[in-house]
Amino acid sequence: MRKHRPLRPSVNPSGWLALLAVALVVALLLVSRDASSAPPTSRANGLSAFGTIAIVVTNPRCLNCHQADRPLQGDDRHAHIPRVERGPDNLGAVGMRCTGCHSLHANNDSSDVPGAPNWSLAPLSMLWQGLSPGALCQALKDPARNGKRNGAALMEHMGKDKLVGWGWNPGQGRAPVPVPRSELVKAMKTWVAAGMPCPDEVVMNLPSDAAGALGKEPWSH
Amino acid sequence: MPVLPTVRPTRRQVLQGGAAAAGALVLGTYVTLPRRAFAQAAPAPINYDPNVFLRIGEDDSVTVLSKHLEMGQGVSTGLATLVAEELDAKWSSIRFEHAPNNPTKYANLAFGMQGTGGSTSMANSWEQMRKVGAAARVMLVQAAALRWGVAPAEVEVEDGTILHRASNRKSGFGLHASAAMALPVPTTVTLKDPKAWKYIGKRVPRLDSKSKTTGKAVFAMDFKRPGMLTAVVRRPELFGATVARVDASAAMKIPGVVEVVQIPSGVAVLAKDTWSAMRGRDALRITWDTKNAETRSVEDMLADYRKALSAPGLVALRRGDAAKGLTRATKTVEGEFTFPFLAHAPMEPMNAVMERTPDGVEMWGGSQLQTLDTNVAAQVLGLKPEQVSIHTMFSGGSFGRRANGASDWTAELANIVKAMKARAPVHVVWTREDDIRGGFYRPLALHQVRAGVDDAGQIVGWHHQVASKSIMIGTLMEPFSVKNGVDSTTVEGIVDTDYALGDLTVEAYNQKTAIPVLWFRSVGNNHTAFVMETMMDELARAAGKDAVLFRQALLAKDPRAVAVTKLAAERAGWGAPVPPGKGRGFAYHHSFGTRVAMVADVSLVGSEIRVERVVAAVDCGVAVNPDLVVSQVEGAVGFALSTVLRNRITLNGGRVVQGNFNDYEPTRIWEMPRVEVHIVPSSEAPSGIGEPPVPPLAPAIANAVHALTGQRLRSLPLAPVNSSV
Amino acid sequence: MVTLNINGTEHVLDVDPRMPLLWALRDRLDLVGTKFGCGRAQCGACTVHIDGEAARSCSIRVGDAVGKSITTIEGVTGKVAQAVQKAWQDIDVVQCGYCQSGQIMSAIVLLAAKPAPTDADIDSALAGNVCRCGTYVRIRKAIHQAARELA
Repeated sequence: MRKHRPLRPSVNPSGWLALLAVALVVALLLVSRDASSAPPTSRANGLSAFGTIAIVVTNPRCLNCHQADRPLQGDDRHAHIPRVERGPDNLGAVGMRCTGCHSLHANNDSSDVPGAPNWSLAPLSMLWQGLSPGALCQALKDPARNGKRNGAALMEHMGKDKLVGWGWNPGQGRAPVPVPRSELVKAMKTWVAAGMPCPDEVVMNLPSDAAGALGKEPWSH
Repeated sequence: MPVLPTVRPTRRQVLQGGAAAAGALVLGTYVTLPRRAFAQAAPAPINYDPNVFLRIGEDDSVTVLSKHLEMGQGVSTGLATLVAEELDAKWSSIRFEHAPNNPTKYANLAFGMQGTGGSTSMANSWEQMRKVGAAARVMLVQAAALRWGVAPAEVEVEDGTILHRASNRKSGFGLHASAAMALPVPTTVTLKDPKAWKYIGKRVPRLDSKSKTTGKAVFAMDFKRPGMLTAVVRRPELFGATVARVDASAAMKIPGVVEVVQIPSGVAVLAKDTWSAMRGRDALRITWDTKNAETRSVEDMLADYRKALSAPGLVALRRGDAAKGLTRATKTVEGEFTFPFLAHAPMEPMNAVMERTPDGVEMWGGSQLQTLDTNVAAQVLGLKPEQVSIHTMFSGGSFGRRANGASDWTAELANIVKAMKARAPVHVVWTREDDIRGGFYRPLALHQVRAGVDDAGQIVGWHHQVASKSIMIGTLMEPFSVKNGVDSTTVEGIVDTDYALGDLTVEAYNQKTAIPVLWFRSVGNNHTAFVMETMMDELARAAGKDAVLFRQALLAKDPRAVAVTKLAAERAGWGAPVPPGKGRGFAYHHSFGTRVAMVADVSLVGSEIRVERVVAAVDCGVAVNPDLVVSQVEGAVGFALSTVLRNRITLNGGRVVQGNFNDYEPTRIWEMPRVEVHIVPSSEAPSGIGEPPVPPLAPAIANAVHALTGQRLRSLPLAPVNSSV
Repeated sequence: MVTLNINGTEHVLDVDPRMPLLWALRDRLDLVGTKFGCGRAQCGACTVHIDGEAARSCSIRVGDAVGKSITTIEGVTGKVAQAVQKAWQDIDVVQCGYCQSGQIMSAIVLLAAKPAPTDADIDSALAGNVCRCGTYVRIRKAIHQAARELA
């Protein structure tokens, strides 16, 4: 069970300054129901921005490879055909290396096999399958799990990385990430500026298939 | 086996048939005669002239000309074995080549024309090819005797050596070969006593293993001619649609593309290499006339089939009185069974090469019905059949696809050659998508069955209805396979069941669709056996009897059937407790002259069925090469397993949904069960093995699933299973 | 112009660098042992070795194969290849044979990396090689036999 950070920083309730601080926070929270009128780095804006980020990272183009042992495939997230597995170095089993079929340069228009630099399963620490929105958020920002990235590095990764970028140019028969990359970059900025807030176990308004994907069983063999 | 009268289609029939053949054809006896016919020797006179079937080189090599297509089933090794046995050849000197196309010299004696199918190759060649070897041996002995000036009776042949012990002379075959082949063919020959067999009944290594493991075996796909162009064809996405308008301007701009021609089956792009042709095809812009196209979904079609069953059908068999019998039933089992369209999907997609010659044309292809292909090509090109020379190549699998009453892929190639005026050799290539979407499927089929048992556990009535498109109606086979409107392939496996069903009514309902259908390894049996054997299981339960014993009682009149079921049950440990988490199921089926019993052990992984082991017992008469028989049973399991678990062709607005191995996925190595094969020792003439192991697999698995979960699955592919017992 | 190193020989080809390596091998160089089965990396009939790894030549552009060492069925050599081909022949693995070049190329890579593969290793390594004739039982047997020979 993951520990959830409390919704607001713990406050020593002693003293009138503390009371004022609490009142201020409460007032801000009440006001920040409407995110657009609240300061840009407010928690509410940050959470709203995370909603956008979550849509991106749980869409098939990303989530299909953020799996435990076997990637998923396609917009319908079926188990990868032919059967492949992580292997000891994230690059596939002997004889079935990712690069045996997937190009490290670009999608292949003749075979319709997608390709991009560093094509592989995401590291196990970046396993997002089956995570609740809150847990997903924690995983994204935890340097121990996200490749030792701080907020700035995360923004760089989401904004510039070529493998991530493949999600917007996935080739024939695959829907691109439904949020433009520029919007993702904006959302990342907002979220990071807001201190990378994470939702409690509040159900985010994610597309139904993403919610399904979060709970979907990896194909078992 | 009687010789059927020749049939000459009228010119009008030929033209209307589109791909019909001119000339005399005697066809289809194998589909109408009782299965027992396969085990019988072909009637005299059989052509066993060694000059037709053998070539002996000066280097002592013996090349057997195979009249049958080697498509993996091992027939080339099998035929050569028969020859080598009676010839007393050394196996290492044996080679094989595919025979040229000739409808009489190289006729399948069961068909009356050249062709491979119906698991008839070894059966029809059994006597013939041994006689070829025996005749050649006699002629070699005579030639040697003449050369050595000794009495033929003193000349022996052993393991490729001809010897005259008295004078201490010996040689290989090569020295005497040309003299021998010029001698008259003996009018009678004596075949060896089985006790003397060296090769028959033993494991003899395949003749094609070496070339197929070193990349040297040449398939039609690999064959090239100077100046050859590669053609890929855009065919309609909707079956029954035709080309309305073509804009080839973009296609012609693709580098390597040289010509675009319209043909009856679509539009062909010709290019200097395969990839360019494919790219050129992608650039075609075609408008289609879809007024005659099939647009129903599979569910729509099944609904139509279901509706049809509410009226009386064509009676395929009425034995006793099923309706009356059923009134005496104390327990009734009834159900509806559905089977999807299936694509054969051989590893080598359809393809062939054709080139004009001064005399006519030559074709290189995995030709399975050479006589039909010859006649169709001739008809398209306005040639005489003798002007069409077919070089039969190794076929990268067929499973029925390369044998086609309409010779579809040959006709298409001939039409391309005709359209571009034969100015260059043409290699027509089908992509995998072309193959999966190209029709000629195992027909969609729907069965409804009602059967019952009485208090004594006897089956008292069986009423069986089958709806599907006829494979044979509208083809050249029709006169031989369709009687009173009933296509025998729709009801085979039911009407000819080995079970003693005294009150059996079988009705057939021929459904119409523009989707072309074809025989798919084991033909009607691949769905009828599923119904028969799952019904048998349910009736055994209703009767409170063991599944195997129940069947054996009904097979009592056929000792070979009983023996094969006993062998499978014994070797599978039937009756012993099955380990927890596993289910065990049994099935028996007799097709193409061969009886097969199977026991399948299954488990579940989540809701997915995992087949862990298949134990098979086979009675195919003399197993000419037991190892090849085993490989065919193993292979049938591997081939058919994916049809049991997941394969189906579905339609969306008439368009085939599937396109390649990702959505029409064949069996993979990781799901292949252990397969144990036991061959019943027999001295009967060989029957077939290519197809017979397919039908019992699906019901054995379904019965095992029922044993494990209590769920009775009545459709293929088997739906995901509710894992609660 | 593209230079490819195939079976130890350099070939200069005037070819679109986007052409799949499979078609360059088959149509330009007459190396027809490598087969076309599906064109989308689903069946493994097109398997070659690129720098010692199994690769589906239908899904490798010629341009991306430049500077690599490409081996086809016609050019496999060495102890492992010999053991594999011999085991395949001893056991009569093949039926139609069309998939077997690819199966063998994958088996060689497996045995080179794992001299004593388990059934699970075999299943993983050959999961991408389809055989419609169902020779899988014998493929497994042959790989085990080759492993024993090489030991």
